[in-house]
Amino acid sequence: MKKTYQIDVDCANCANKMEAAVRKVAGVQAAAVSFMTQKLIVEFSGDREPKAVMEEVRAACKRVEPDCEIFL
Amino acid sequence: MQELIVNGLLIAVILTAVILRFLIGTHAGSGMTRKQKTMLVRILAAAALLLGLQLLTAGTFDQIDRYLFPSAGRWARFALYLIDYLVIGYDILRKAVRGILNRQVFDENFLMAVATVGALALAIHENGEYLEAIAVMLFYQIGEWFQGYAVGRSRRSISDLMDIRPDYANVERDGRLERVDPEEVEPGSVIVVQPGEKVPIDGTVEVGRSSLNASALTGESLPREAGVGDAVISGCINLTGVLKIRTTKAFGESTASKILDLVENAGARKARSEDFISRFARIYTPAVCCGALALAVLPPLVRMLALGLPAGWGTWVYRALTFLVISCPCALVISIPLSFFAGIGGASRAGILVKGSNYLEILAHTKTVAFDKTGTLTQGVFEVNGIHHSTMEEGQLLEYAALAESASSHPISRSLQRAYGKEPDRTRVSGIQEIGGSGVIARVDGVEIAAGNDKLMRHLGIAYRDCHETGTVIHMAVHGAYAGHILVSDRVKPQAGAAIAALKAAGVEQTVMLTGDAKKVAGQVAASLGIDTVHSELLPADKVSRVEELLKAEKGRAKLAFVGDGINDAPVLSRADTGIAMGAMGSDAAIEAADVVLMDDDPMKIAKAIRISRKCLRIVYQNIAMALGIKLVCLILGAAGITGMYLAIFADVGVMILAVLNAIRCLFVKKL
Repeated sequence: MKKTYQIDVDCANCANKMEAAVRKVAGVQAAAVSFMTQKLIVEFSGDREPKAVMEEVRAACKRVEPDCEIFL
Repeated sequence: MQELIVNGLLIAVILTAVILRFLIGTHAGSGMTRKQKTMLVRILAAAALLLGLQLLTAGTFDQIDRYLFPSAGRWARFALYLIDYLVIGYDILRKAVRGILNRQVFDENFLMAVATVGALALAIHENGEYLEAIAVMLFYQIGEWFQGYAVGRSRRSISDLMDIRPDYANVERDGRLERVDPEEVEPGSVIVVQPGEKVPIDGTVEVGRSSLNASALTGESLPREAGVGDAVISGCINLTGVLKIRTTKAFGESTASKILDLVENAGARKARSEDFISRFARIYTPAVCCGALALAVLPPLVRMLALGLPAGWGTWVYRALTFLVISCPCALVISIPLSFFAGIGGASRAGILVKGSNYLEILAHTKTVAFDKTGTLTQGVFEVNGIHHSTMEEGQLLEYAALAESASSHPISRSLQRAYGKEPDRTRVSGIQEIGGSGVIARVDGVEIAAGNDKLMRHLGIAYRDCHETGTVIHMAVHGAYAGHILVSDRVKPQAGAAIAALKAAGVEQTVMLTGDAKKVAGQVAASLGIDTVHSELLPADKVSRVEELLKAEKGRAKLAFVGDGINDAPVLSRADTGIAMGAMGSDAAIEAADVVLMDDDPMKIAKAIRISRKCLRIVYQNIAMALGIKLVCLILGAAGITGMYLAIFADVGVMILAVLNAIRCLFVKKL
């Protein structure tokens, strides 16, 4: 399953860091952060509830880039 | 002298910040975020304080010593500079510390923090120039601010271009118009679109007549007329009259939603050069940090131990710090995705939808273009031009043909229906058997009818007569006996010849036509358009294998694009390096299967898409070369001690701004 989330991130490098962090979260099969459209596209691997995964995704992003925001 | 320049710069910064914050920033349309406004105030405060401190010299502070204790002035001066430094740089320090805690050490915050704290420490040691550390941080923040502002502005203007998302739909309830969320409108409901509003959902006109502006979808600024019974697509702007539209699709399935979805997801497919840069940044930053460390430690050690000279730690640490400032990877990391995004945005303004930056990249390397004929190079609107050798009344033959083909949506069948003129009565037809690439066999009123090309006739073992005119021939057999043929022909699109020439001019080496049509017709069309190679009488599966052969013949980085109208080309579209679907408005299958979608029927857009992609890639390479080149030169100059931190700031921020401005050029594609 693929879902798109609105995000708020200031710089392109931060977006790259977020993308790398999201990919490492369990339950995420693939992830892409588009700095230009301020969007995060997450493909879930399906064995976990997306909501729980997204909470973790948000925490992971906050860790690498405290200024970012993901609108769930 | 240098003092004067710095003071002048500071005054300029103060003035600019005031203008930006209090004149421009107060307008609602300025596009500044709250964060950016606060940052402006911080920049303003820091610059003003710094200017004040510059005007009071170290000597002024020394006078404090007389009233208090010795070196009190020195510390007071340091404290004031420190406050200034924290005003402008506290967030960078915080982010750097956080980065270290999260084991994400090497980023630009870390580089800036180390460089400026280092410079401050050197200054305390010498009771000297605090100015440099603060100025570096100040100019870095100014650069970041402009970058953020410029990127935000361009992002918004690109999104505005693609702003075809309708916010609401008008539904008539109890004689009153009500605004509802378009997602709530079910297919088959009636919506009302007033002049000036966007059509929110695809549908057909029930009542009314108006002209529609589809420029946001196709790039074509000429409005089109729509009247009762015409299909209208979402995203068009209604210009003149009120339209009542019966929706044929749900909002999510409508053209505007599909296109938006496609453009917004384009970022998910990254180009190789984009991946290259993010990988590069991952290696580059740590490498530079190690380089800086070596520069700070090794030369002094060598001087001390091997040459017996004084170590000169201060000089070398300073050079290492300069080195760090220069090396920020921002310019690269920001400008490449921005270039691609602007390229995709510019292309979509021209009615060319590109599904990802990777396709933009592949498109630029296109050396072979393969075309489908019908609907791509020709109008796809067939007309019955003659009925020859008929053994029965011509109208009867046409009726049989139209009925036998009544289940097919192929353009040729539709031309037969049109010539027949009546709604075909499907109940008269039974046992329809479609023979791919050949024709159909069916029973009409119990009579066995075979309608198709010469392949079908040979397959059935029926002797047929060739037609002396060019066009597509539908041979008819009734009860297994030849009953004449119907000649159908298609018109070549007026721009097709020019489009092929434009492709050649754009550097495409080979043009190929793949068609299911007869050899004679295909050859004639190809010759009139100047197409190099023709493969005719192909079944849909043959087209795939032909494309595979062409793919195998590609050399090096040369790529193949296939252009089709998307009706029956889906497998070929997805097999080619880039699948380009034409005239795809309303055809979901084409939008799904293709990588590049041309919103209107104009084949000239193929060459335009290639030119846009070339321009975009050229700018990407320019940015990579410029950023790396300038940085490399500055790194060498910095390491040799020829330049100070001011040039370092230019190498970082200046290059970044130049790269961003260059990237924005991708947006301008009108004249291509």
